Amino acid sequence: MKVIQDSGQIEQTIRDLAGRILSENRGDTEIAAIGIRSRGEILAGRLSQELSKELGKVVPCGTLDITLYRDDLNSPEGAGQPVVRTTEIGFDINDKIIILVDDVLYTGRSTRAAMDALIDLGRPRAIRLAVLVDRVGREFPIQADYAGYKSDAAPGELVQVRFVESDGRDEVVIE
Amino acid sequence: MALMRKSKQLKWVRKHLLGLRDLSADEISFILDTAEGFEQVSTRSVKKAPPLRGKVVVNLFFEDSTRTRNSFALAASRLSADIIEFTKKSSSVSKGETLLDTARNLEALGIDILVVRHGAGGAARFLSRNINVCVVNAGDGFCEHPTQGLLDVYTIRKIKGSLEGLKIAIVGDIAHSRVARSDMWAMTKLGAEVIFVGPPTLMPGHVNRLPVRVSYSLDDIIEEVDVINMLRIQFERLGGNPFPSIREYSHYFGLTVERMKRTKRDILVMHPGPINRGLEIESEVADGPRSVILEQVTNGLAVRMAVLFLVNQAAAQGD
Repeated sequence: MKVIQDSGQIEQTIRDLAGRILSENRGDTEIAAIGIRSRGEILAGRLSQELSKELGKVVPCGTLDITLYRDDLNSPEGAGQPVVRTTEIGFDINDKIIILVDDVLYTGRSTRAAMDALIDLGRPRAIRLAVLVDRVGREFPIQADYAGYKSDAAPGELVQVRFVESDGRDEVVIE
Repeated sequence: MALMRKSKQLKWVRKHLLGLRDLSADEISFILDTAEGFEQVSTRSVKKAPPLRGKVVVNLFFEDSTRTRNSFALAASRLSADIIEFTKKSSSVSKGETLLDTARNLEALGIDILVVRHGAGGAARFLSRNINVCVVNAGDGFCEHPTQGLLDVYTIRKIKGSLEGLKIAIVGDIAHSRVARSDMWAMTKLGAEVIFVGPPTLMPGHVNRLPVRVSYSLDDIIEEVDVINMLRIQFERLGGNPFPSIREYSHYFGLTVERMKRTKRDILVMHPGPINRGLEIESEVADGPRSVILEQVTNGLAVRMAVLFLVNQAAAQGD
C-alpha cells in the first residue's frame, strides 16, 4: 500500500479545485455541487463549503445515487449486490451549473450513469465534472473538467480515497 | 448525510417473493431500505428509471383487484419494464386451461417476472417450483399478501421510525385475511407485538399457534395500541352467519369517532382497502388526521418497485 495523498494534500487539492471552479464559473448562473454516493457525497460537501466561503453565499449541495442507472445491473458479472440508496437533492437543478463530484474518475461509467440520472431530475445549464483523482483507464469518452491528483495506476491496482467521515482518516492510497 | 442504511449489508438471493413468513428480519429491512431509494423516482419530473429496461412483467390475476394490480403495473413501468395484463375473464382460463399451462405459455413468450394473485393458497409457491421466471405473490388464498405486509410496515417505520416495541391491532375478519397473516409475520419479525381483534367466528382455527395476542373486544385494547389496522369484511368469502347483523358488527368492532377519543393521540389508522365506509370504519375516521390509508397506497408503489428490482437482480446474478 502506498499513500499518494495525505490529509494536508487532500485539503490543498480541494482548495485548488474550488479556486479553478470559481475562476471559470463567475457569472450570474448559480452553481451547485452534487456528489455521487458515497465518497463523492463527502467530497461534494467539502467542496461546497469551500465554494460557499469564497463566494460569501451558500452553494447548495446534494447527493446522487446512481445504482438504477448502472450499466452492469443485468450482467451476471455485475459488481456484486447493487444497493439502492436515496438521492437527496433539496434544490431545483434546472438552469444551474451543476458541479458533479466523484472521488475517482476511472472508466467513466459512473459518470455516464450520473449524467443520465441528473437529466431525469431536470435540465441544468451545464454539468461539469470535478474529481479528486483522475486515473487512466477510460472506457467511455468522458473527461474531468477539474481534476486533482493524476494517477497512472495499473489495471490490477486499487486506487482508494478515504475520508474521515467514512473511513476514519483522509488519504488516497494505491494497493 | 445518510451514509449508513438501517439494515445490515446482505446479499439478496431470492428470485421469488412468495411470503413474508420465509424472510428474516434483515431481509425485510433490506427491502424497506431499498424502497426508500425508489420513493423519489415518483416525485421528480421524469417518473421513470431504467433498471428493468427490456424486461417483461406479467400481472396474472385470477381474482379481482384494483389497487394491487395498478400498483404493480405502475411500479413495473416506472422501472421501464413492459407489462402484460392478464385477467381470468378474458383469457383461455375460461376455456379450461390450467394455472400451470397458463404460466408455462407466458414463460414461452419470454417473460421475466410473473406477478400472480390466485384464490388458492400456495399458488405462487407452486408456480415458482415449476417455472423458471421470477414469481411475486400478489395474494394467495388466505395465506399471504407479502407486498401489502411490506408496505404496511414501511408506512409504520416511516412515521414511527421503528416497529420495535409497538403494539399493533389488526381488527376484523382475520380468518379470511391474507393481509393479516403477512402483516403478522412482518410486524413480529421487526419487533412489534400484534393483537388480532375480532369475533371468535372470524378468527382462524389455529390462532393459538400464531405469534399473536388475541382479543375478542376492541374496547379492551383500544387505549393501548400504537397502530390499528382495520380489515374489510370480505362478504364474498363469508359462509354462514359469522355475526348477527352488520349493525351489530359495526357497533362492537367498527372504528368510530367515539372510539378514536380513547386512543393514543399519535395512533396510526390503517386499512388495506377497499373500505366499507360506515361498516368497519366511519368515514370521519378514514378521512381523519390519524389516517394513513392513502399514504399506504403511495408507499406501496415504492415497495413494489423495490421488490421487482430485487427479484430481477437475484435472477440476473444467480443464473
